[in-house]
Amino acid sequence: MLLSPYPTLGERIRIGLLWLWCGLVILFLIVPILIPVPLSFNSGTFFIFPLEGISTRWYEVVLGTQRWQAAIGNSLIVAFGTTLIATALGTLTAIALSDDKFPCRRIVMPLLLSPLIVPVVITAVGSYLFYARVGLASTYAGIILAHTALASPFVVVTVGASLTGFDRNLMRAAAISGAKPVTSFFRVMLPLILPGVLSGAAFAFVTSFDEVVVVQFLASANQRTMPLEMFIGLREKLSPAITAAATLMMGLSIVLLVVANLLARRSQRRPVAGA
Amino acid sequence: MMSALQPSELDRPPLARSRSAADADFKSVSAVLRRADFGDRLRSLALAAPLLVLLALSFGIPIVLLLSRAVYDPTIANALPQTAQALSGWNGQGLPDDATFVALAADLRSSQAKGTAYELAKSLNARLPGARSQVLKTVRQLEGAGDKPPLEVMKSVPFWSQPGTWPSIANGTHSITSFYLMSALDLRWNNDGGIERVPPEQAIFLQVFMRTFFVAAAVTLATLILGFPLAYLIASVPKGLAAILIVAVLLPFWTSILVRTAAWTVLLQKFGLVNDLLLWLGVAEVRLDLMYSRIGLIIAMTHIQLPFTLLPIYSIMRTIQPSQMKAAYSLGAKPFTAFRRVYLPQVFPGVMAGCLLTFILCLGYYITPALIGGASDQLISNFIANYVNVELNWEMAAALSFILLVFTLALFGIFARILGLDRLKLV
Repeated sequence: MLLSPYPTLGERIRIGLLWLWCGLVILFLIVPILIPVPLSFNSGTFFIFPLEGISTRWYEVVLGTQRWQAAIGNSLIVAFGTTLIATALGTLTAIALSDDKFPCRRIVMPLLLSPLIVPVVITAVGSYLFYARVGLASTYAGIILAHTALASPFVVVTVGASLTGFDRNLMRAAAISGAKPVTSFFRVMLPLILPGVLSGAAFAFVTSFDEVVVVQFLASANQRTMPLEMFIGLREKLSPAITAAATLMMGLSIVLLVVANLLARRSQRRPVAGA
Repeated sequence: MMSALQPSELDRPPLARSRSAADADFKSVSAVLRRADFGDRLRSLALAAPLLVLLALSFGIPIVLLLSRAVYDPTIANALPQTAQALSGWNGQGLPDDATFVALAADLRSSQAKGTAYELAKSLNARLPGARSQVLKTVRQLEGAGDKPPLEVMKSVPFWSQPGTWPSIANGTHSITSFYLMSALDLRWNNDGGIERVPPEQAIFLQVFMRTFFVAAAVTLATLILGFPLAYLIASVPKGLAAILIVAVLLPFWTSILVRTAAWTVLLQKFGLVNDLLLWLGVAEVRLDLMYSRIGLIIAMTHIQLPFTLLPIYSIMRTIQPSQMKAAYSLGAKPFTAFRRVYLPQVFPGVMAGCLLTFILCLGYYITPALIGGASDQLISNFIANYVNVELNWEMAAALSFILLVFTLALFGIFARILGLDRLKLV
């Protein structure tokens, strides 16, 4: 499509230059995120190529020392808590918004998305100020609440998208057949929008698992998460253990987001259910 | 639910009944409908209520509380109630009367007794540089004064008789204040009630805002120059190849900002890969200090933001039929003319969306400047964090947040106005 059927020399040169430029841009995009991977298997203590030898010693540090283990545990607690609340409440909200009868959607929708718009430092500082007053600073509950605000927009958007392909007549059919609203939700609606819900859950999990600014303000030494431990490590002393942690985090978020996107695509492509 | 009942049908009176009876029927039916409708609305609102309430508590209240700190600071008013009262009759010229001095002495004593003296000193210091030590010194002297009258102690500290001192105290006794918001823009009230720039040695924030805008603009431009041709290429090649290329864009997009920043701290080291490359290419003769530099920061931010600029452009390029360009060629347009007159106007909304998004997101950057930028490359978010973490000056942090938020929301308003919020979908 790039070249016309009988390309002139000038056209060939232009297309060649385009490919060259794009090749360099792709290298710029990909190489930096791949660099930590080989370095994390380096047996030496420096970040210099060529590698001194292959070893898993830095993974042993990240997975085997108490400090990093605690951080991984905290990250999982916070991310699972956030995912649970954000997915449950976000799904309910998406269902409510998909109803034509929902009042003042034009006001509610931007409000729901506002946590994505407000610069995260403002959210973090504001949460710190308020949560300290109500005793939620330095608690898991506080961090989970703040992360839920950041993660729930993703659930509302993905579940909302999967609901556009959902035929509301199915719920009416269930009601006519005698099903209570809760029953018809679990037996009719949820199975059909499940890919969207799971996709939203994966987005919520990654949002919380990768988040570091809010945690930096709200967490005490007992609640340090993996990204916060990395941030502190980057500030203080650069250790190859950070490249191992970075590789683990990158692997987790890429896997989850690939799954999330595949699920989201699948739930949106589904034709009107039952038709 | 009962949409089959159209008003026009109801309006038609059945033969056997009078017009007024039909009207009454119509009214009662529409009342029932409205009530049912109201119930449905309420039910759908109730489904959304848990998240809305949670967001209001976990996100809304914190933001409002923080922003209120920018304009509401009762520290001085609370600590100096008698002084405030005595100052209410002062005309603002010269020094206030002796009774005001005595009132201030009494207030300082009671604030020392209540343990709020240090807080007061700090708050006054924000408005009146150097006031901290003077307040604490005066408090100590008042304590050790014994029988000496308070007025004499106050007059013995020259600070309280300087011309600039009392207007600042008088201003501070008002809890609602524009002082911090003005300071965040390097402005202040002068003695005549007008607005003036603060002296250059005290001005810091305009420079930080300009720096933030400069970095955001530079990153936006860089992402556009790098991203536009790649978006064009991906939109033009066959599907299979496009899928592979788009993965190259999405992989970094799906990696967290912190991890990418960590990767760049490794790359930008003095003996890191970027310096190796520059030496090998002969671009640089010696190893450069890329860490803690503006250029290092812009490179890393460009890498992080590139997918945000590229994806909206790509999504609109994908919808443009290649036949349009062919039609332009066949009508005699040169490639550049066809590109400028046919292609560019159509992709322009995508370019605007990508660039605005990147610019807005850059304004709020915190992690990357904190880890890769040097002391003179810190952006506005870093100053906000610093005022909270190091200076413990919530009011200044709040005022800077206020202004950053105003810029961000204004740009999002422009975005929504000209492009529609639907373009924000990136997931």
